Amino acid sequence: MQLSAEQLTWAVHGTPLVVDVNLTVEPGQTFGLVGPNGSGKTSLLRLLAGLNKPKTGLVRIDNQPLHALKQRTIAQSIALVEQQADTTDRITVRQVVALGRTPFLSALRAWSIEDDAIVVKALIDVDMAHMADRLWHTLSGGERQRVHIARALAQQPKILLLDEPTNHLDIRHQLSILKLVRQLPITVIISLHDLNQAMECDRIGVMDSGRLIDSGPPHDVLTASRLQQTFGVHAHVIDDPVDGKQVMRFRNAV
Amino acid sequence: MSIALSRPITKRFGLRWLWVTPLVLVAALIAGTAIGETSIPVDTILKVLANQLLGADYPVDRIDEGIIWNYRLSRAVVAACCGTSLALAGVVLQALLRNPLADPYLMGISAGASTGAVAVAVAGLGAGMLSLSLGAFAGALLAFGIVVMLAHAANSGVGGGRGVQAAGAIILAGIAGSQLFNALTAFIITKSASAEQARGIMFWLMGNLSGVRWADATLAVPAALFGLVVCLWHRRSLDAFTFGADSAASMGIAVRPVRGMLIIAMALVTAVMVSIVGAIGFVGLVIPHAMRFIVGSQHTRLIPATALAGAVFLIGSDILSRTLVSGQVLPIGVITSLIGAPAFALILVRGKRH
Repeated sequence: MQLSAEQLTWAVHGTPLVVDVNLTVEPGQTFGLVGPNGSGKTSLLRLLAGLNKPKTGLVRIDNQPLHALKQRTIAQSIALVEQQADTTDRITVRQVVALGRTPFLSALRAWSIEDDAIVVKALIDVDMAHMADRLWHTLSGGERQRVHIARALAQQPKILLLDEPTNHLDIRHQLSILKLVRQLPITVIISLHDLNQAMECDRIGVMDSGRLIDSGPPHDVLTASRLQQTFGVHAHVIDDPVDGKQVMRFRNAV
Repeated sequence: MSIALSRPITKRFGLRWLWVTPLVLVAALIAGTAIGETSIPVDTILKVLANQLLGADYPVDRIDEGIIWNYRLSRAVVAACCGTSLALAGVVLQALLRNPLADPYLMGISAGASTGAVAVAVAGLGAGMLSLSLGAFAGALLAFGIVVMLAHAANSGVGGGRGVQAAGAIILAGIAGSQLFNALTAFIITKSASAEQARGIMFWLMGNLSGVRWADATLAVPAALFGLVVCLWHRRSLDAFTFGADSAASMGIAVRPVRGMLIIAMALVTAVMVSIVGAIGFVGLVIPHAMRFIVGSQHTRLIPATALAGAVFLIGSDILSRTLVSGQVLPIGVITSLIGAPAFALILVRGKRH
C-alpha cells in the first residue's frame, strides 16, 4: 500500500513540530526516518498513523485521504509501534499480542481459530513464542518492545510504522527485528537512531527542526557533509573489506 | 505473594464459569431476603415468590409475605443493581483513565450526583424518581467534568503529558471535587430545606436502602442492565485501552466518541443509583480490583465477574448493615467504607511497590 503526505504541518501550543513535509513511500518499500533528538520523527509518525490531525496538508493511503476514513478502517491497514507504551494491568504476552486483532473483531464478530494462529505467528516472528504466557510486568524493556512489534504484526497491516523500535534491544534482537522488518512484503516506515542500521533501508528521509530536509537512497543522503550539518558529527564513510558495504565511522562532535 | 494471588484461575475454567452467575445472584437475593432481624425460612420465600411471580396460591402468613415481597426482596434487588452499576462504573473509569484508583465515589461523581438530586428535591421540581435521577445525572457530569479538567491542569503543570497519567493528580482533583460538591449539598440543604426534609436528606446521603420499594427497582433494574450491556458491548474497546488512548486509537478505536459515550453512560447509571440509595463509597474501587485478581484483566471475563461480585457484595453489605447492631440499621455506606478503606490502602501500597 502506498503512503503519501502532502504539505503536512502540525504544531502544539504554537510550536511547530512538523513543517511542510512532503513524502511518498511506495508499496513494499522500507523507509528509514533519521534525525537528531526533537527533529519531529515521532510527531511525523503520529500524523502518518492518523493519531493526530494535521493542521494543514493531508495523509493518503492508496490515494484515499486518511481523515475521510474511520479509525477502524485505518487500523485495518496501518499499525504503529510507539516508543513508550506501558501498562500496570496484569496481562500476559499472548493477551497483549491478541489486542492487535481488535480492528477485526467486534461485539458480534467473535475471536476465532484464525485469530489464534495469527497471534502465534506474530509471536514466533519476534522470537517471543516461548514467553507467551509470561506476565507483562515481568518482561525486560527489550522483550516488551518485541511484544509490541508482535502486537502490530497481529494487526496484519499493509503499512507498518515503527518509532525507534530497536531502542531497548540487545544487538542480536536489533538485527533480527530489522531483518524481519525489511523482509516484510508491506510498506514500512521506521525511525532509527543508528545511522548504520538506517543504511539498510530502501530509502531514507532526514528530519531536522520538523522539516524533511532530504530523502532518497541511503548512500546519496547520508554523506559526510550531511552528517556534519544535521547531526553535528565528523564522520568517515569506509568500506567493509568483508562484504564491500559502506560503514560510517563517527569521530567526534562538531 | 502477588504472583500466586494474581494467577488467573480462568486458565483452567475458560468462560464456562459464566453459567453459575445467575445461580449465585439468585442465591444472594434469597439470602438477602432470608437474613434479617427475624430470619425467614427459605421455603417460605420460595412460596412467596411462586405466589407473586407464578400466580401460585400457597398459604403464607400475610405479614411474612409483606416483609418478604415488599420490603426485603425489593431491597435486595435494588442493592444488587446498585452494586453492579457502581462496580461496573469503577471498571470502566479504571480502564479508560488508566488509573487504578479511579472510582465514581473517589472522583466526585457520586458527590456531584448527590448535589444534583438534592437540588432537584429541594427546589421541588417534582420529587419523582425520574426527575431526581436527571438532576443527579446533571450533577454527576458536571462534577466529572470539573475533576477531569482539574486533574488535566495539574498534570500538564508538572509535565505529566500523554500516556499513563499521574495517579495522584486525579485523586487530588477528586477530593477537591467531592469536597466542593458536598459543601454545595450542605449549603442547599441549610439554605432551602425544611428541618424535616434536611433529616431525610442527610440520612439518604450516607447511603441508605431503608426506604427502597418496588417502584425504585423499576428504575434500578433497567439502569443496571443498560450499564451491563454497554460494558459488554464495548469489552474489546476497553481492552484496547490497556496501553493508553493512543494505542487504542492505533488499534482502531474511535477514542473520543467511545470514551465519551462510556463515561456518560456510567455517569448516568451512577446517578440513577445515587438518586435511589445515596452515595455509597468504595464499591467501584474494591470489586474490580478483587475480580482482576481472580479472573484477570481481560474485560470479556472481568465485566461479568465484576457485575456479579458487585451485586453480591452490596447484598451482603446490606445484610450486615441490618444485622450488625441489633435493633439498628447502619447506613450501608458505613459498611462498604469499613471494607473499602483498608482495600484502598492496600491498592495504594501495592501500587507504590510496582
